[in-house]
Amino acid sequence: MSQVRLLTAPFDPARELAAFTAAHPEAGGVVSFLGQVRVGDGVEALELKHYEPLTLPAMKDLASRVRGRWDLDGLLLVHRSGVMAPGEPIVLVAAAARHRRDAFAAADYAMDHLKSESWFWKREKAGGEWRWIEPRDQDFEDIARWG
Amino acid sequence: MALTLVFLGRLEDVAGGGSRAIPLASSIDAVLGALEPELASALRGARVKLAVNGILLQDTDAPVLKDGDEIAFLPPVSGG
Repeated sequence: MSQVRLLTAPFDPARELAAFTAAHPEAGGVVSFLGQVRVGDGVEALELKHYEPLTLPAMKDLASRVRGRWDLDGLLLVHRSGVMAPGEPIVLVAAAARHRRDAFAAADYAMDHLKSESWFWKREKAGGEWRWIEPRDQDFEDIARWG
Repeated sequence: MALTLVFLGRLEDVAGGGSRAIPLASSIDAVLGALEPELASALRGARVKLAVNGILLQDTDAPVLKDGDEIAFLPPVSGG
């Protein structure tokens, strides 16, 4: 079973991960990735906007592609939308598998695709001004690795 | 008789808001033709994708619009 959630309020990644791990005792390994709002560069806030009819359905579609590609016991995708302060979690991905290589690869693939393909638009507030963030070339290069 | 336009990302700033209701027009071209030229030009950008009622359009699609349709203008995503 995959768990895919789009949240508009802060979440506790440690609690999410504890629940996920407890739900998959048969998995020999759990790999997780946590993305958080960077502190620094004068950034006061980060805002992610999503589009309801597309964003969550595409995240679910990504989860089923990941499940089709690797042999997993469980997959967790949690993504924030809305305004976040520096230090707050943005995204949590966890993959549980019998063998660690599947779990590492699945989490890595899920993150690369969430970063470059998911329906989120991001802006940063610095010096009291909001500025939209354009896509990074690096994100496209990351996704190209998977063929 | 109305359509809802939704502007994502930086298009929200060009449009002056995240969404607006406009009178029914039968095609995307007719919708764009009735908007401010600066906004219409931003929405026609090569990298802007469109969705009608949550379904992404392919480049060659030219849907006939109906009362109540929601048209979303989606600039390149900037990732999570």
